[in-house]
Amino acid sequence: MESVLSPAASVQTRPRKKRIQAWKWAPYLFISPFLIIFCVFGIFPLLFSATLSFAQWDPAAGFGAIKWIHFDNYKFVLTDSWFWKSLGNTVYIAIASGLPQHLVAIPFAAFLSTVIRGRNAVLGAYFVPFITSSVAIALIFSSLFSKDFGAINAILMSLHNLPGIGIIFPDHKIDWLLDTSLVKPTVSFVVFWRYVGWNTVLYLAAMQTIPEDLYEAATLDGAGTFRKFWHITLPMIRPMMFFAVSLTLINNLQLFEEPFILLGDNGGIGQAGMTTAMYMYRTAFYFSDFGTACAISWVMFIVIAVLSYGNHKLFALAGGKEE
Amino acid sequence: MAMVNTRKTYARPIAWGIVLVGAVLMLAPFFFTFVLATQPRDRIYQIPPPMWFGSNLLKNIHTLTDMIPYWHNLGMSFYVAVMTTVLALFFCSMAGYAFAMYEFRFKKALFTVVLGSMLLPPFLGLIPTFMLMNFIGWLDQPRALYLPAAAAAFGIFLMRQYISSAVPKELMEAARIDGCGEFRIYWSVVLPLIGPALGTLGLITFISSWNSFLQPLVIMHSPESFTVPVALRSMQSPTNTDWGAVMAGSAIAVLPLLILFALFSRRLIAGLTAGAVKG
Repeated sequence: MESVLSPAASVQTRPRKKRIQAWKWAPYLFISPFLIIFCVFGIFPLLFSATLSFAQWDPAAGFGAIKWIHFDNYKFVLTDSWFWKSLGNTVYIAIASGLPQHLVAIPFAAFLSTVIRGRNAVLGAYFVPFITSSVAIALIFSSLFSKDFGAINAILMSLHNLPGIGIIFPDHKIDWLLDTSLVKPTVSFVVFWRYVGWNTVLYLAAMQTIPEDLYEAATLDGAGTFRKFWHITLPMIRPMMFFAVSLTLINNLQLFEEPFILLGDNGGIGQAGMTTAMYMYRTAFYFSDFGTACAISWVMFIVIAVLSYGNHKLFALAGGKEE
Repeated sequence: MAMVNTRKTYARPIAWGIVLVGAVLMLAPFFFTFVLATQPRDRIYQIPPPMWFGSNLLKNIHTLTDMIPYWHNLGMSFYVAVMTTVLALFFCSMAGYAFAMYEFRFKKALFTVVLGSMLLPPFLGLIPTFMLMNFIGWLDQPRALYLPAAAAAFGIFLMRQYISSAVPKELMEAARIDGCGEFRIYWSVVLPLIGPALGTLGLITFISSWNSFLQPLVIMHSPESFTVPVALRSMQSPTNTDWGAVMAGSAIAVLPLLILFALFSRRLIAGLTAGAVKG
């Protein structure tokens, strides 16, 4: 590559300007490793998956065994009660873990933005769950949540025995991971725990870009903490709210690891906590139905895209009203 | 910020109380990981469960390495994470440099492709990636994990942002007049100037590779080639999980991340939010 630009012989003959020109092909070469990998391991699998979602195929039988069945996989998915159940579970967990994340993170970030000493230590404690292995964490929680020997029930029991405030705590051990009505709230809690610090960091970053004099002017006008929060902080962080909510939406709709570890690979008793990602995984690797699994993933892609678009419209609408 | 209210002095202690209780709840699972990792099996099943450290850590690690090839798994995780990081730093800084410093045809279209690829849910590529790896005989091969992960669009974005603000274009021209080739400019002029950005991207890449679960779950099939998260999951049994050993394994898996975080939390948080704040 170097020799192209610095042929000693041509230095004399070329005009000075020519020498500081970049070699024309250099940028393409610099980008090519990314592009090649992206095409081979990114674009190609997607096209392959889109194709396969219209076929029935046992990979062991070779490419000759691909059988085209048009929209049958999609028809199956859209009329499959398991798919709808898994989608219901996914949306339930997405909302039950996602909404509290933001409802807690925004006031928490507002509080932290007024704190000078000790802020980083507190923020660090909340942020650590986000960077640690979700599998290791889910394993820890499945021990903590276990009915008979889990620390959570033990702590709740000892709180129940406290005089006075004890009555607000349950008087019996709770079967967090086997009671079908508790499975989804329990998984949601673990997901909430994992992402609340991340959202706080995002909101805190946005709040630090709000000009100080807005708050000073409001203080002079006699606005209290809550009014300043409502009329200055919230409107100013709206772009970040849109970004953070979009990320939550996209991540939560692909939720796999926490329910997979906490509840087992079938999503717990009665598939009460089986998410769509888990259902897709099972369809492919337990039932060896790769065509249907690909169709599930494309249906989910459309669901994610539609909800993201709805989210975008919602924020645009809210913005229009405020301004 | 100027939201401190001097009238209601009782509000702040209450807020601090809530925040500190929350912080304890955030850290408690890590504490219990290390507690259970040091307890003998029968102690874990006792009521009430142990709330403080025991002395059974080495024995639990023994059980762990008897049950699964844990040191192999740890080595595999390290190998994959280091390879991913090195390749991602190389590829992303090169591409980011091209997008930041050159004018060329299709630049805009290509950058749109890079940004667009960030929007695709990883979930979508899982099955076809497995099939592709199966077809080319890369199942169980670490390269099936680190090569695809090395083309990280987020990394290109981060590098482009940093290089266009940190490296003046005049520097490239000066280097060219001195007879530097294009690759040489990247390697000996630009790379030394972008150390902080490389450090941040390296941390993010290493951590996400270390934590990755779904890809290794479908690609790695023999217990020796499992990465740590997949290996830990394989120890889980519906009836008879040896929690002491599992927690010892989890503690060892989480420890490098806690250390990295303790050392570089500020840089890590700044890097992760860079895209969010600017974009």
